Amino acid sequence: MALTRHEVENIAHLARLRISADEVPGYVESLSRIIDFVAQLDDAETDKVEPMAHPLHMTQPLRVDAVTEENQRELFQTNASRTERGLYLVPKVIE
Amino acid sequence: MTWEVVIGLEIHAQLKTASKIFSGAATAFGAEPNTQACLVDLGYPGVLPVLNREAVRMAVRFGLASHSTVAPRSIFARKNYFYPDLPKGYQISQYELPVVHDGWVDITLDDGAVKRVGITRAHLEEDAGKSLHEDFHGLSGIDLNRAGTPLLEIVSEPDLRSAREAVAYMKLIHQLVRYLDICDGNMQEGSLRCDANVSVRPLGRHEFGTRAEIKNLNSFRFIERAINFEVERQIDIIESGGSVVQETRLYDSARDETRPMRSKEEANDYRYFPDPDLLPVEIDRATVDEIRAELPELPWEKQDRLVSDYGLSAYDASLLSASRAMADYFEAVASRVGDKKVAANWVMGDLSGALNKDGIGIEASPVSAEALAGMLCRIEDGTISGKIAKSVFEAMWAGEGSADAIIEARGLKQITDSGAIQAVIQQVLADNPGQLEQYRSGKDKLFGFFVGQVMKATRGQANPAEVNKLLKEMLNG
Repeated sequence: MALTRHEVENIAHLARLRISADEVPGYVESLSRIIDFVAQLDDAETDKVEPMAHPLHMTQPLRVDAVTEENQRELFQTNASRTERGLYLVPKVIE
Repeated sequence: MTWEVVIGLEIHAQLKTASKIFSGAATAFGAEPNTQACLVDLGYPGVLPVLNREAVRMAVRFGLASHSTVAPRSIFARKNYFYPDLPKGYQISQYELPVVHDGWVDITLDDGAVKRVGITRAHLEEDAGKSLHEDFHGLSGIDLNRAGTPLLEIVSEPDLRSAREAVAYMKLIHQLVRYLDICDGNMQEGSLRCDANVSVRPLGRHEFGTRAEIKNLNSFRFIERAINFEVERQIDIIESGGSVVQETRLYDSARDETRPMRSKEEANDYRYFPDPDLLPVEIDRATVDEIRAELPELPWEKQDRLVSDYGLSAYDASLLSASRAMADYFEAVASRVGDKKVAANWVMGDLSGALNKDGIGIEASPVSAEALAGMLCRIEDGTISGKIAKSVFEAMWAGEGSADAIIEARGLKQITDSGAIQAVIQQVLADNPGQLEQYRSGKDKLFGFFVGQVMKATRGQANPAEVNKLLKEMLNG
């Protein structure tokens, strides 16, 4: 199944990846090959197979509802480029 | 053309857990920014989410109370989108196999009719953080305290047919989650909020019209106004030859209108897939049975019982069962007095009025149920009249002590001694010879004037029945 140029551009946009116009044909080619490879699974008989959500045959362990984390804001914010009054500052995004 | 309105609600209820859905950070409201955001909430590399048992149990409580199926196996999925208050770049939610599905609740409409509303599903997910857009030199401030707070998203079938029905349904869910003690229901703080999917179609047509989704409605009034605005807008578009566009809109309460959100070209392209960090959640039969056994009396059960146990009307019972605390208070009063209807009237009337005026909940009432019952007993045994009781209640509200102490201190005890009342009447008749003359020559309606004068002279303390009886005798004598 060949992807279109538009689909590749949309995927890049959703992933917030910037690719230049002359890179697009290369991605169309290689991503289409990946999809063709995976598409071999379409030939497998799966009617009676339950969809798998996780490769491990285990179930989710649950934690007790208790507060175990202390406030480490000062430490965590040493990693941020800009903070003010305890808030992380980011370029303005507004709906 | 007659139009039919079709509405479905997606209600987000913040669950009342102490810690977050996937981390051990606290969920308390109003903390200093980012002091309740740990490495998991911040989306640091290498961390793993671990599911909170209590969040799952709360979802099951809701599922059982809403006649839904509790899925023996459910799956968490990643919902991918970029926004600064979502540090991981995806929200952990449930998509294909939600924890709760296929239920219903009954709502009571304005005309008293009962309507069944289907619940498509209720799934667990994490809340996002908060973005503050003002006052940061052109930047946005991000507070991630709320990130990772457990949410139960309750999705209704498109069964609602008017804004009023949507509000009635929202109110029922609000009442239910509080009864179940899974959400504090504080809409101002965003603990309970909803998105409304609204469309219109010509009455009688089977297919749905194109819908718009109105985001983030956080009060009953806004839900009603936003839906009514949106319905008018869609009808206007169609009647003037246009067609409704499927889009997400925001309600602006200041302007009372909805308007489209921007940058939605990639809307609904969330690329859900099962979260590899979380294993399937299995809920066994025994756990479901255990949770079922712990369910409290539900709002509609309580309402029915108030009718059968106390002889209340369905309407009074619905008001008194609005919250568990209200119903508990009423029952504590009613169990101590003879006349249950009087108890109901006082709780719904003077008490609720005083609570509203002071802006406090019934849990914080300065007059306890025992104290109110103590006063009602003094009405029942004739110590005070219902009218005097109102001022006794006000004094109790102001913290002046028990009804008995106030009646004693203020000398409010009702005058039932006929000799004393006769003496007052004698004086009133002597002071008003003109009116007495007119009454005796046939002006019957002056009787009320004399009652008023006697009550005034006794500062309202004379027993009204006794006054009526003696006054009649003496006027005619």
